[in-house]
Amino acid sequence: MQTINFLKPNRDNIKNYSIIGSFLVLISLIDVISNAFLKTNLTSFLHGSLSSLFPLILGLIGLNMMRIDYSGNKTLDKLNKNINTNNFNAVLTLLILFSIIKALPPSLSWMILDANISGDSKDACTGTGACWTYIKVWFRRFMYGMYPNEFHWRINTAFILVIALGFVGYFMKENLKKYLALYYVIIYPVIAYLVIYYLISGGSFGLQWVETGAWGGLSLTFIVSFFCLIFCFPLGMIFALGRRSNLPAIKYISICYIEFWRGVPLITVLFMSSVMFPMFLPEDFFMDKLVRVIIAITLFEAAYCAEVIRGGLQSLPRGQYDAAKSLGMGYWKMHIFVILPQALKLVIPGIANTFLALVKDTPLIFVVGLAELAGMLALAKTNPKWLGFAMEGYIFASIIFWIICYAMSKYSYNLEAKYKTER
Amino acid sequence: MNNIIKKFLPQILAVLFVVLIFGFLTINAQTNMDNRGIDFGFGFLSQESSFDVQFSLIEYSGSDSYARAFLVGLLNTLLVSFISIIFCTILGVIIGVARLSSNYLIKNSAAWYVEFFRNIPLLLQIFFWYYAALRALPLPEKANAWFGVTYMTVKGYYIPAMVWENLNVFLYCGLAAIISIIVLRNYANNLRDTQGKQIPVLLYSIALLIILPLLSFLFGGVSLEFELPQLKKLSKISYIYEGGISLPPELIALVLALSLYTSTFVAECVRAGIEGVSKGQKEAAASVGLTPNQVLKLVIMPQALRIIIPPTTNQYLNLTKNSSLAAAIAYPDLVLVFAGTALMQTGKAIEIVSITMLTYLTISLTIAAIMNWYNKKIEIKEK
Repeated sequence: MQTINFLKPNRDNIKNYSIIGSFLVLISLIDVISNAFLKTNLTSFLHGSLSSLFPLILGLIGLNMMRIDYSGNKTLDKLNKNINTNNFNAVLTLLILFSIIKALPPSLSWMILDANISGDSKDACTGTGACWTYIKVWFRRFMYGMYPNEFHWRINTAFILVIALGFVGYFMKENLKKYLALYYVIIYPVIAYLVIYYLISGGSFGLQWVETGAWGGLSLTFIVSFFCLIFCFPLGMIFALGRRSNLPAIKYISICYIEFWRGVPLITVLFMSSVMFPMFLPEDFFMDKLVRVIIAITLFEAAYCAEVIRGGLQSLPRGQYDAAKSLGMGYWKMHIFVILPQALKLVIPGIANTFLALVKDTPLIFVVGLAELAGMLALAKTNPKWLGFAMEGYIFASIIFWIICYAMSKYSYNLEAKYKTER
Repeated sequence: MNNIIKKFLPQILAVLFVVLIFGFLTINAQTNMDNRGIDFGFGFLSQESSFDVQFSLIEYSGSDSYARAFLVGLLNTLLVSFISIIFCTILGVIIGVARLSSNYLIKNSAAWYVEFFRNIPLLLQIFFWYYAALRALPLPEKANAWFGVTYMTVKGYYIPAMVWENLNVFLYCGLAAIISIIVLRNYANNLRDTQGKQIPVLLYSIALLIILPLLSFLFGGVSLEFELPQLKKLSKISYIYEGGISLPPELIALVLALSLYTSTFVAECVRAGIEGVSKGQKEAAASVGLTPNQVLKLVIMPQALRIIIPPTTNQYLNLTKNSSLAAAIAYPDLVLVFAGTALMQTGKAIEIVSITMLTYLTISLTIAAIMNWYNKKIEIKEK
């Protein structure tokens, strides 16, 4: 049986085999690299499809020669264990490596080597690659929408203030800590609203009035998701408690509310807020479109929040309720001091996921005519001076949203680890 | 007495609150509609719609009613959801299994795939495919054939159409095959329970599924021809494909974005499901003497599926709801046709938005009800 196993190494000859094997893999990689980067086919002497399969076959033989259960060489063992457990895995490894190498040169040249970023008009883009000049020229529009250029400091100041106020909890004195929940649920939203209203909207204190129609870009995304975020959480908590209530009327009202909002797509909710909702308001009562949209998204996300919180409430053992009751606590005392602190700790990852979904949903306000980032991109794309740069715009927006969402999801993992209580 | 007040007062207040809100809104709507001279009613559904729809599964023209326009939109929504669900399941299972691979490269590529597509808003992905990626495709006259007979162009994907003769005979044969498979399965289960004999049901089922429809071709007078798309010159510079089926680029962009986005969530469900089956189960099954195939089929999969199916169905539901983003790139789905064009023409905001929302609500609640029933059925019955 020696002849069949002639490509199979054993512990005595593994040194020679691994050298030959890695040499073969190296050749196959060099072939692919030269093909991708230098556009020269080293194996042009081979016939047709054999030429393109050549590196794969060579690499497979090489990896096959290196495969051994245990060699004693740490690097080789690690390699075998991780990418080279059997022939199927070896083929997949090679295919992934090859496709990364193949994809590198075109994407590199499009994004960096042949791209342009200088100049401030379309004519500056002469290369075959991406035209980052477009992003550079439109950057302020993408960030602030049609908000007047000279007032951008107002948006920045407002955001810095709101974020700073959000961190107040960290620096609060120990004896004030018990008011923290009160602060975040009631006082903070009000202050944030006032800051955004007086700074971004203006109209008083000598600041010029800027109507909400001019708001836009990424800052609008932040404003909408921020307000929906702080309002949907308390609302969701109320409905979660309502759904767990013993009182049938309250229970069924909560169930109807939650199931209704969870059953319809957000886009129809937005349509409702923009075309149907004005019909339901008193005649001479005007409500700004942005406010209507924020209310709609808040109501919508509150239902999802409620379900997440309900999951936390349900996972608490009955003993917690019984213990609280036996101490003579009433419904509200029991929930505020015993149940909710534990339940909310449990649902932090779920809540973070809901917030993540909320941020990812905000571009949808584009369909009712609010120009946040996706809307500004659509506007820029159809500008006659800047036709044909849709690709750059969407890649730019995707990168920005990806960074935000990825950071949020990583942060939620951290929170989960931090608040994990052993039971 | 105190107890009764505690019990009923909050409920009465809550109901009163809801009634007051609804009453307030209804009275406002009434006065607003009176002032503007709009009347409430669903009579418009039978009126002539007089608008055209780009892409429709059933025959539709401007002289049809609004009700039919609604049906066109609904069918388009279901079509794009159905195709995307198939693709996202295939992709999701592959990625989910790949995340559990022992191969470092595969595991990490799969993880990055999930992190990448999950963290970009769906709307941006749809826009990217529609406005950026698909716009880079060749014009009809310059397109190369894929698989010899299909053409991917900037105006859409052209595939051969099937021309059937005696299609109903073929369908009856397919139905007969499915019924006989169900009967066979029951018989096999019965045989296994009473006598302990095993029949290769899967093999027989596949054979039935192939042979019965094949017989319909040989003896039932069924015939199938393909109508290939042909390039046709419209004017000096404009070409078009005629014949066959053309899938509009809106549909392709939607299917791509929806299935790539949802596949990441399906992949996570699949991974969680397979990880959720404890290793002891596999070892126990093997030690009883089951073959590896039997271990997978009889022990691992039933338990993994119990974990996988409920959240995956939820994802399918999300996909169906997300397909309403089609309106943003003008794919004629329910939202665009009905809550867009029809609303614009009739001005019946309340009626149309309510019908649209109720339709989605019905789909969601139906699937949720089926899922609850299914969960009850597969629940582990603890003693």
